[in-house]
Parts: sequence; structure tokens; C-alpha cells
Amino acid sequence: MRPSRPVFVVILAISAVVAAQPRELRWAGDSEGGAPFVEADPSRPDRVVGFDVEVASLLARSLDRVPRFVNITFTSIDQSIARGDADIGLSGIEDTPARRATLAATIPYYRFREVLSVRDGDEGRFRTLSDLRGKRVGTLGGTIAYEILLGAEREYGLRAVSYEDDVHPYSDLIIGRVDAVLLDNVLAERRRQTIAGFTVQPQSVAIGHYVGVLAPSNAPLRDSLNETLRGAMRDGSLERILRAWGVWNDDQPALYARLLAGDQVPAVVVDDTGLETAASLGVLSQWDAAHRYLPSLVRASLVTLVLSCLAMALAVGLGTLIALGRVYGARPVGLVLTAYVEIIRGTPILLQLFVLYYGIAAAVRLPAFVAALLGLALNYAAYESEIYRAALQAVSVGQLEAARTLGLTERQVLTLVRGPQAFRLALAPMTNDFVAMLKDSSLVSVLTVLELTKQTQIFATNLGSWVVPGLLCAALYLAMSLPLSALARRLERRWKAPAA
Amino acid sequence: MSDALLRLQDVGLGRGTRRILDGVAFAVARGDLVAIMGPSGSGKTTILRTIAGLEPFERGEIVVDDVRLRGGAPAGMGTLRAIRRKVGMVFQFHHLFEHLSAIDNVCLAPVHALGIARPAAERRAHELFVALGVEHRAEAMPRHLSGGEAQRIAIARALAVDPPLLLMDEPTASLDPARRVELGELLCRLVAEGRTLVIATHDEEFARTWATRVLRVREGVVTERDNPGNNPGNKM
Repeated sequence: MRPSRPVFVVILAISAVVAAQPRELRWAGDSEGGAPFVEADPSRPDRVVGFDVEVASLLARSLDRVPRFVNITFTSIDQSIARGDADIGLSGIEDTPARRATLAATIPYYRFREVLSVRDGDEGRFRTLSDLRGKRVGTLGGTIAYEILLGAEREYGLRAVSYEDDVHPYSDLIIGRVDAVLLDNVLAERRRQTIAGFTVQPQSVAIGHYVGVLAPSNAPLRDSLNETLRGAMRDGSLERILRAWGVWNDDQPALYARLLAGDQVPAVVVDDTGLETAASLGVLSQWDAAHRYLPSLVRASLVTLVLSCLAMALAVGLGTLIALGRVYGARPVGLVLTAYVEIIRGTPILLQLFVLYYGIAAAVRLPAFVAALLGLALNYAAYESEIYRAALQAVSVGQLEAARTLGLTERQVLTLVRGPQAFRLALAPMTNDFVAMLKDSSLVSVLTVLELTKQTQIFATNLGSWVVPGLLCAALYLAMSLPLSALARRLERRWKAPAA
Repeated sequence: MSDALLRLQDVGLGRGTRRILDGVAFAVARGDLVAIMGPSGSGKTTILRTIAGLEPFERGEIVVDDVRLRGGAPAGMGTLRAIRRKVGMVFQFHHLFEHLSAIDNVCLAPVHALGIARPAAERRAHELFVALGVEHRAEAMPRHLSGGEAQRIAIARALAVDPPLLLMDEPTASLDPARRVELGELLCRLVAEGRTLVIATHDEEFARTWATRVLRVREGVVTERDNPGNNPGNKM
């Protein structure tokens, strides 16, 4: 069917408008990362500002395109770029051998130093990583700094603590949960403006660079962006941007001179020669990496298993008490317990974990594992209590009356008849919850507890691929949950509740 | 009836505006087998439940041996414990504990309510199973028992704590004619052993054949006292 004349005109008009639209350069960043990289403009929150925003504009202009910001979680930028969600990732992204191997990385546009921050009183004691034997040192997970700390764990016996953001390492440093923080100088300087009480050691631990990352198929675009970056280094426009955001320093002219002379710049230079890190080792093959990371994945699954078992045991105990209180307790007790259950079920578990670990830190400073254990247990107790309450109420009145006419006390009716029957009814949903708990325990990585999912994420970030880490992680979770499900099925068969 | 084991006087109970029991009064002598008859909803089961202390009532009085339940206020735990030492109950649907085997059902109360040692409780349970003809089902779970077997296990469970008065709700409901005769003979044996029985039933023939007395209930009122003149011991 041929389009009628008016329809044809409309199609032509739309095509003309679309053709007239300037092309976009979609660039990915994480506005949660904040200034000076990318942050929501305080005066216009729908806009982003930062030196990465200006670098993106500079690159887009050179291509005669319009920059369009795509907000992507920092740890997922590599994967997003690889699958084509944006043309380039720019958000303080570190140059690493893995990124160079798996993505098309631009030349570096900024040189940073990994620096050690310590509490004001400790600057004489903790000058380098080797001074921190037995101490906890925090950093952002999945970064060069984290890799360096893993090397230092082996070499100097310190404890690397992985955070999901760059604020809490410093606030935990001040309250004593960690004794030092290793992060780049840009992040350390930024935090020093808002948090008092820590000192940045002058000696740097490593030198690294920020780059833009593109999909490997976008190598020609990368090459032309490299030319733009070199031009901006030459004509001073990159310097103007970095000066405007207060991050220009003497390291940059040295970097630009080498790049403009056509020299290769190594991704990372670790100043502490005693350290061997994945970052400095270069690129590992998938299987070498799997071999290297498997022990830490197994260790992390042990954390997951122990945490889940302990939290579930606590949740079952607490849940039972709550259910009994609601079924047998006086009205005020029932009301308080109902309020508890509704508040816990009505708010996200992540919020509860944050409140337990960071929110009440001024009053009670719980260790990360204890906060994680309590958070999971208190949350699951609410859900368990509902299962047990329903199960207790599902035991027929006839069973209870039969027990009473035999002369059993109310307590005996509960422990000998109602409880055992309710337990059989509750078993299937309980097992379900335990398997769910194994997986929900991954949420506690926000409290710096290094469990299986977090360890896998770190592994995947360093490797630049989720395939092998994802498979290993899934296999470990299944190895934990399948036997549990099988055991529950056996118990259910054995105690099969009679058909109603 | 001076040797009454059970005496109800002016027992009244209502739900909302509806009268469930209205001035129920009767006495049961030791060794009697009394059948309470009446159509569905007439209050038969409620009479048994008030005697067993499962249903608080509003007025009147129930006396079992030397234990007294008064209407108008919930009975204290001590009174309830005392009455349950005197009264055993076999429910229409048996209500065997679903999570326990037959033998565990029968041993539960002797061990936990009376403090009898488990081996002694098991010996007593075994004797009851032999007497009731269900010794081969001792280890069975309730869900695997037939209606007749479940009823006998439920009788054994009630008898295991040795109450002088045994209440049974609709005992013939799930039995075929041959089993009804067996049940009648069993009840007569229990009476011959000195037990007093009150059964609620709407099985006219069963009541006329086996009961020493029949009470008729209509709309919560005992309307007729009928004495078939049976001597249960003679039916054996």
C-alpha cells in the first residue's frame, strides 16, 4: 500500500528533523562519584559538572557532536561500555593492564598518586604500608589501591578492607575502624575538605592515571580522541579545565611531555618495590586469573556460609520469640512486636545495614561482621516470625483441645504438640528463606565484609570480564544452596504434614 | 441418685442472642452408660465440652466427683487440671496428634502430665492396645490409620490417664454396622471395669441397644429422660 500524500509529507518532515539533530557523544560516568570528577550541579540537579564533564565536552566538540551524559554505576562502567550503552567511559577511570587488554583505552589525561592517609596522631607511626602490619587499611574495592593492599596483605600482613564508596573509608579512619586509607590524591584531598582529623602522608605508594575507555570495536574513535587529548595538552585547554577544578599539579606537565614526545606511559608504577600486585604484573589469562583468585573466592564463600548460618540461627531464635509474643502475649506486647515486624518489612535491608553500621557508630561502634550478622538476623527475624505465627495458628484447635483434655499445661501443649506441628509446617518456607539469606548476605559488602559476591566483583573488575568469575561464583553459591535444599526436601518427606 | 459421678445443675450458655444450653440439669451414676441424643446443633457436643472444661458457661454448675466447675467466670488452671484428671474425652474426629505415632500419642499425657516413667507408660499403652485390638498399629502414624483404628487409639489415649468418666462425641459416626457392634461391646466392657461413660450421638439404634439411659436434647434443653433399662454388662 502506498502512503497517502499527507502521510508521506509527515514522514518526510520527521526524517528532516531527525537528520538535522546533531550527533551525540554518549559518555558514561557515575554522578555519585562526586566532585571534582562528576557530580550533580547543586544549583541545577538535572545537570552534571566536574572536570570529567568538561573533558567529555572537549572530546565531543572535537567530533562536532553533542555530549550526552549516561549515568552508570562506577563499578559497571567497563561492562556497560563493552556492551555499547555509551561511547566512552570517563569518571576517574584508572588505567590498568586489564583495561588496556580488554577495552580500547585512551591515552592518560591525568596522573595521580596513591597516597596513605592516617589519623593526625599516627603520622609518625604509619608512614608506609610496611608500618601497618596487623592493621586494617581501607580503600575502594576494585581499584589499583585495593590490588596494592592485597599485595601488602601478603607482604606485610596488613588487612585490606574494601569499601563501596570513598567517604566511609575516611569516616571510619577517624573513628578507628581502620588505621589507614590508601586512595588517590584527588580523593584524599577532596575528603580533607569535609572531614578533619587525618593527615595525608607525603610519600606516594604508587603512580597511576585516569583514562577514557571505549569498546574494542571503537578503536578508530579512540585514536581520534587521543589526537584531541594531545591537542588539548599542547594548547593548554586541558590544563585550564584541571586548574578550574583545583586538581592541576606538577605531575601533569611531566606526563604531558612524555605523551607529546610519543613515549609509552606504563599504566601503574608501584613505588614500593617489595610489592607484587596484579596491577603491576600485567594481564593474566582467564584461567591463570581463576587459579589465582579461586582461594580468595573459597575464603569469601566461607564468610558467606558462616555469616548466613549464624544470622539464620539468630533469626530463627528471635523470630520464634516474636511469633510467640504475638500469638500468646498481652495486647501491648503484640502491638510492639507487630510494629517491629512492619517497620523491618517496610524498609530496605540496605538502609537497615547502613543504620546499624554507620548510623549508630557515634554511640555503638559495631565491628563490620557483627553489624552484618545483626543486620541480617534482625531483618530475617521479622520475616521468620510471620512464618512461625502463621504456622502456629495453622495447627488445628482440635489438636490443642485434645492435648488440654489430657491434662497437659498450656506450656506443654505448646512444646509437645503445637510447636512440633508448627515447625513441620514452617520447614519449607524456612529453607526457602535460608537459601535466600545465602544470597542476600551479599548485601553486607556495603559494610566492608568481603563475601562471595563482592570478591567476585573485585575479581571481575581486575580481569575486565565477568565470564569466569561469574561461573565460579555461581558454582560456589550452588554448592552451598543445593545440599541445603536437598536436606530440606528429605526432612519434609520425613515429617510430611497430613493432607488437610 | 446419691452415687452420682457427674451432676449438671441449671447449666446455661449463649452466643449472642442464641441460647446454646438452657438450664441443662442431669446426673450420671457411677457405672452408667448414658447416651445424649438429639438432632445436629441441639447442643449435645457443647454439653460434653462444658463437662471437659473446654467451654466456659454462663450459669449453673457442673460437679464431677469432688471437682466443681461454676458458671459465670472462667475456671482457674488448678480446677481445670483437677477436672481433666477425672474426665477423658474422645472427639468425633479423634484429633490424634498428627506428628506422633500411635504409641507416642498414648504415652504423651502419662509421661508429661502424670510424670509416669516412659517404660511404665509404654507397658500400660500396650495393655490398652491389646484390650482394644490395635496392638499391631502401635508404631503407625495417625495418617495411616483407618477410622476405626484411629478411634480405638483415641480411646486408648483417653484411658491412659485413667479417668473415671469418659466422654465420647459421635463415636459411631465413622463406623460400619459390624464395627458399631464391636464398639458397643467395647463400651460395655469399659463400664464393666467400673468406668462411667457419657456419649453424644444421633444414632438411635446404637443408643437404644447399648445405653443404660438416654437423654434427649432439643435447642439446648434436656427434654426427655428415657431409660431403656439396659444393663450393659448383660450384653457381653
